[in-house]
Amino acid sequence: MKLKSIVTAFLAIAVSLSVMAQQEPLVFENQAQQDRFDKLTKELRCLVCQNQNLADSDAQLAHDLRREVHELLLSGRNDDEIKQFLVDRYGDFVLYRPPVQTNTYLLWIAPLILLLIGAWILRASIGKRSEMLANQDQTDTTD
Amino acid sequence: MNSRILPLVAFFALVALLVVGLKISDKKTNIPSPLINKPVPEFDLPVLAQPGQRMTQESLLGKPYLVNFWGSWCPTCRAEHPVVNQLAKLNALYIVGMNFRDEEPNAVAWLNRWGDPYNVSLVDHDGRVSIDFGVYAAPETFLVDPSGTIVFKHLGQLTWDVVEKEILPRVESMESES
Repeated sequence: MKLKSIVTAFLAIAVSLSVMAQQEPLVFENQAQQDRFDKLTKELRCLVCQNQNLADSDAQLAHDLRREVHELLLSGRNDDEIKQFLVDRYGDFVLYRPPVQTNTYLLWIAPLILLLIGAWILRASIGKRSEMLANQDQTDTTD
Repeated sequence: MNSRILPLVAFFALVALLVVGLKISDKKTNIPSPLINKPVPEFDLPVLAQPGQRMTQESLLGKPYLVNFWGSWCPTCRAEHPVVNQLAKLNALYIVGMNFRDEEPNAVAWLNRWGDPYNVSLVDHDGRVSIDFGVYAAPETFLVDPSGTIVFKHLGQLTWDVVEKEILPRVESMESES
């Protein structure tokens, strides 16, 4: 009885996977195109399920946008043109990698600033410690 | 002394950062549309339940109009529908219903059941025009001025508050300008 239900579950999964595969028969002319498509859809955000990219999402919008990216790709647009097409409609938010522009400067330089602060703290504490050790040595010798 | 206060300050700074982050994440669905102040996307779509009839954005030039994206599959569209019906009663502006990613019989049945506030209903069956409008959730509503420029967009359920505070005042100012 239990075995039967497990088998049924597996069959259900197998069928649904094949249905999912059929839903999107995106055909490419060559492997290079396929690779570009895979890379692009991983860098683009699905706006309905905001923490997923276009490649992973199964939302209707992601499906439609994949179709759109696929068509643009086949029509010979380059990667930047395809991204611009989506940015024109959905805004920068569609890009996982934000462009460097006035409102994102802080975002891009913050890691560098944090690194510098870290280096400064490290230097200060090392300086303090070596000073302490030097003082200790002095007291040791005078004793 | 300094070394004791510093971690505390850092801690509160971190707390402040997280609180701000949480506040912003509530507004994540409120992404500004890049289409505001841009011309309305071009379209040429069949009119719902009127075989052979089509409509383009050009034929709508010269008057303010509202574009309301909806589908019979969308529960939030059903929830906002009384507001659209109420707005239609005011006869304040032309309302275009964009039925997208839907099947025609379902759309017609839905309008018969819940009321048809649209001056015209267009069919965007495969959702291509909805992509040109940058629609990613339903319903979405766009206000277009007589020159064919998008001046306002509302994402999600339309409320009477939005109609009164955002849509009607803009329509009035358009009319006083012309």
